[in-house]
Amino acid sequence: MSAPDPSLLDPSALEAARDEALAAFAALPSLDELPAARTAHLGDRSPIALARRALGTLPTADRADAGKRVNVVLQAVQAAFDARRVELEADRDARVLVEEAVDVTVLPGRLPVGARHPLTTLQERIADVFVAMGWEVAEGPEVEHEWFNFDALNFGGDHPAREMQDTLFVAPEGSGLVLRTHTSPVQVRSMLTRELPIYVVCPGRTFRADALDATHSPVFSQVEGLCVAEGITMAHLRGTLDHFAAAMFGEGMRTRLRPSYFPFTEPSAELDLQCFECRGVSAEPGGEPCRVCSSEGWIEWGGCGMVNPAVLRACGVDPERYSGFAFGMGIERTLMFRHGVTDIRDFYEGDQRFTLPFGMEA
Amino acid sequence: MRVPVSWLRALVPGLDASADDIAAALVRAGLEVEQVLRFGEDVHGVVVGRVLDVEELTEFKKPIRYCHVDTGDRVHEVVCGATNFSADDRVAFAVPGAVLPGGFAIATRQTYGHTSDGMICSRREIGLGDEHDGILVLPADSPLGVDVVDLLEMRDEVLDIAVTPDRGYVLSMRGMAREAATAFGLEFPDPAPVDVPEPADGYRVRIDDTAGCDRYVARTVTGIDPKAASPQWLQRRLVLCGMRPISLAVDVTNYVLLELGQPLHAFDLDKLSGDLVVRRAAAGETLQTLDGQGRALHPEDLVITDDSGPIALAGVMGGAAMEVGSATTSLLVESAHFLPLAIARTARRHKLPSEASKRYERGVDPDVADAAAEAAVRLLVALGGGTAGSVTDVDETPDPPRLQLPVDLPGRVAGRPYEPAVVRRRLEDVGCLIEGEDPLQVTPPTWRPDLTGTAELVEEVVRLEGYDSIPVVLPVAPAGRGLTPRQLLLRRSSRSLAAAGLVEVVSTPFVSEQVLDALGGGMTPPRLLNPLAETEQLLRPSLQPGLLAALQRNVGRGLQDVALYETGVVFVTPGGGTPEVPGVASRPTDEQLAALDATLPGQPRHVALALSGSRGGRPVDWADAAEALLALGCTLGLGLTLQAVQQDPWHPGRCAELLLAGRRVGFAGELHPRVVQTLGLPARTITAEANLDVLLAAAEAAGPVRAPVVSPYPPAQVDVALVVEAATPAAQVEAALREGAGRLLEDLRLFDVYSGPQVGEGRRSLAYALRFRAPDRTLTDVEVLGARDAAVAEAGRRVGAALRS
Repeated sequence: MSAPDPSLLDPSALEAARDEALAAFAALPSLDELPAARTAHLGDRSPIALARRALGTLPTADRADAGKRVNVVLQAVQAAFDARRVELEADRDARVLVEEAVDVTVLPGRLPVGARHPLTTLQERIADVFVAMGWEVAEGPEVEHEWFNFDALNFGGDHPAREMQDTLFVAPEGSGLVLRTHTSPVQVRSMLTRELPIYVVCPGRTFRADALDATHSPVFSQVEGLCVAEGITMAHLRGTLDHFAAAMFGEGMRTRLRPSYFPFTEPSAELDLQCFECRGVSAEPGGEPCRVCSSEGWIEWGGCGMVNPAVLRACGVDPERYSGFAFGMGIERTLMFRHGVTDIRDFYEGDQRFTLPFGMEA
Repeated sequence: MRVPVSWLRALVPGLDASADDIAAALVRAGLEVEQVLRFGEDVHGVVVGRVLDVEELTEFKKPIRYCHVDTGDRVHEVVCGATNFSADDRVAFAVPGAVLPGGFAIATRQTYGHTSDGMICSRREIGLGDEHDGILVLPADSPLGVDVVDLLEMRDEVLDIAVTPDRGYVLSMRGMAREAATAFGLEFPDPAPVDVPEPADGYRVRIDDTAGCDRYVARTVTGIDPKAASPQWLQRRLVLCGMRPISLAVDVTNYVLLELGQPLHAFDLDKLSGDLVVRRAAAGETLQTLDGQGRALHPEDLVITDDSGPIALAGVMGGAAMEVGSATTSLLVESAHFLPLAIARTARRHKLPSEASKRYERGVDPDVADAAAEAAVRLLVALGGGTAGSVTDVDETPDPPRLQLPVDLPGRVAGRPYEPAVVRRRLEDVGCLIEGEDPLQVTPPTWRPDLTGTAELVEEVVRLEGYDSIPVVLPVAPAGRGLTPRQLLLRRSSRSLAAAGLVEVVSTPFVSEQVLDALGGGMTPPRLLNPLAETEQLLRPSLQPGLLAALQRNVGRGLQDVALYETGVVFVTPGGGTPEVPGVASRPTDEQLAALDATLPGQPRHVALALSGSRGGRPVDWADAAEALLALGCTLGLGLTLQAVQQDPWHPGRCAELLLAGRRVGFAGELHPRVVQTLGLPARTITAEANLDVLLAAAEAAGPVRAPVVSPYPPAQVDVALVVEAATPAAQVEAALREGAGRLLEDLRLFDVYSGPQVGEGRRSLAYALRFRAPDRTLTDVEVLGARDAAVAEAGRRVGAALRS
């Protein structure tokens, strides 16, 4: 590095350096040249910096005056630089960013979008409703032994439901294996293996020898609930069903029980849901007709009842001490109600257009 | 069961509620009223007319008549195709402007060269049954011009009721009337006759099989006018109940069946020879049934025989030889109590469900057999001019059971108390005999064989008092454990795949042998005995058939970019075995249960993907499937690795097996071009499949994630380019680098693959970025270069890699 040059401290020299800097800044065409100009006029090797370094060579008495002069010039140059930078940035914002603008509505589609099936997510949602009440979720095999699917559920050996027209049997003849016709064998397995009291829901796939049409499918999904404890009554069944209906279809949704027959419950009932469309208004005098419930005010949702003592016995539960209730309904039917699906086949065809709108949750 | 409301009212005095109100009350009592049919509402403008003259028009291919019909106020000319009437007959005449069922409007028209100013109607044309053999001839005293709907009392409402299998007793007007009377709190006079003549020198009957038949009543009637037809009122009730009037004898047996629920069978008495015997069929015996079918009998079939051999399949269908015909004047009327099992099996074996078998299967009142026979005999005497003959009644029915019902049990089940008087009254409503106070000694009525225990008695009380009177109480479960770890991990897996841009599919598990053959792999899944489609007999051993079908469907519907996944159960072994099947009187032993479980096929849950078209703006390739499964592994906290493999149904050079700690858990790759062609799939279809159960179990066993220590010291980045044989898998190079670099290596990434003249034929260059970092200090250049050199040396040693110069 060369020796400090006191002549740089001459007022004329300083003014020249200042003017030169100001002219250079004014002439800058864009932000890109800004750093170089800064180095040239404000950097370590700039005339002003060198002038400051030369202060040390002056006699002490002159230093203060010279220092002031340097500072004045430095501030002026710095201010000019800052002003020019603001100008150039404004210029860039006004021009360059406009030039760089893109059409944000054009997407390359780099991130593909998927979706979960509503049959899966609705089962999860139902499970969550019951888990929130302290219930647990039970599962079982889809190919099941008849003992679990029928015998233990009080279907006699000649019950019509065992016949070919309803049940899909697994070869060879007499294997005793069937595709489970309901999720009730999971209830049986729960009673055989769980500690009492039992509060479980069993969502899952079930199978019947039904031809596929808009409202029937040989494969469908059910959710069943089972509660076995001391002192369980039909009042508890009604309470549970009303709570479930409200969780699925909104507060205040009511259910209705109609006497019916199932081998595994006694008393048994068909479970009706207040029509979610008209909320029962169509069945009242003067009510607008309702297409969904045919103006009956109710729609069939599932079946339920008090667990037949014969079933409790087969599962090793003492019917003198314990009682229980069970209920079951179709997931497809529930989805059809809830989401306006009109053709059950849509669930099983795997058409992306059907599933994508459901996103990650039903 | 079809229940004409007019008949119901006739059986329940004081039942004046509307049909809709009766239907609602029966629904509350547990009868499923499917619809209320209204008859006669859709017929207008059909009046009584008198045929004045008949002119046969012979110039046509079929008989055509030109007639004049007087309807009282005017004379209509009309063309008619039926021939079963003559001048002076009274007929049902639809005048122009009339409307017949189905909205069929009658107008004046030109036909067969004449004006036809109306229509002479058949029974069917006015909705009075199926009969269309000819037109309906009305009684001679029918007043001209009167509305036929009114004259024939055609206007009626019919409740169409679905009957559950436990309630055979409501397959009769008697049972329905009892339910209706109970529902409205009305008296119920039992329509079954009580003054039945005592048995006396009747036709000889022997029951050899009391397990199949425990009562057989036989009545003879002689001197019946074979020309006598059923009266209009009887025919009308049959038609409203959905039955076709046939002949007096058949109509009467059907009528009693409908009224009392007792199936009757009429034999032509003159054709019978020798004693009637109820027994099981012998091997090799045959019977031609009324439908004309010759049937080989099974040794379990219950039959009625006379000296000629089997003459009827008991409770199912009669034999053709003893059929009542147009010349029959003497009948033997059978009114028997056959037991449900025998009839159910025979009806099913011969595929012969009948009105009789339907009732026997569900249980018929054994006590009504003699009364039903008496009712039939009275009708045959009154309507057919017959003479009542002998009476046979072989009765082996057991005493009904007596049940002990704690009087508070219905209340304990329902969750609300019932007064003891209410419990008693409700049981009496259904016909029970009650003795004692508490417990009640209950003898169920003979027509309710389903009331076998206290639970069934409880149901009667609770249902008749109304389910809507039961309070609504939410039970409080003990604190639950929430979803199991496995259930949570399964949800997480599915979300991971959807988040990766795949759409979930739920497919059916039925697959064809052909598709499995095309996919190869020698799979042996379970086979269905009664598949829905002959082509799809197998249960899926893989999720790919279902996914590929869905993929094809999407492509067929014009979607080009398809990315699907499924998680579902597959069936990998045939299953089977013949363990002893335990009873249900008590819990089976753990050994018995384990033996049952051992017969089940292996049913692991799999996950699979299928992709075609483009994804992320470029064509899909094998790596899309592999990466989605690796990402799934990451979601589950599992490090999966890849290794080249040749495996059906994939492209031999584009398939990776997925390894979890060295164990194969799945495959990913591009399908073999041959498979793509055979199955008609889009070119370069990509699939992957893995055993999700294994992944979930490993994730669950791994326990909570150990948090890493994140070093605050600066990293050192080094790149190396290695030249290897082209066939050397990058995974091996990477493993060697990691091993050689040691613990200071924080991250390693392949950033360039090059093959070309610069590295020589049959070789390629793999360029890796290595990031080193120490947990406790800033690394020196010496340390970093040392680690790098060690990594390169290890790669050289293992796979012959050389630094690219």
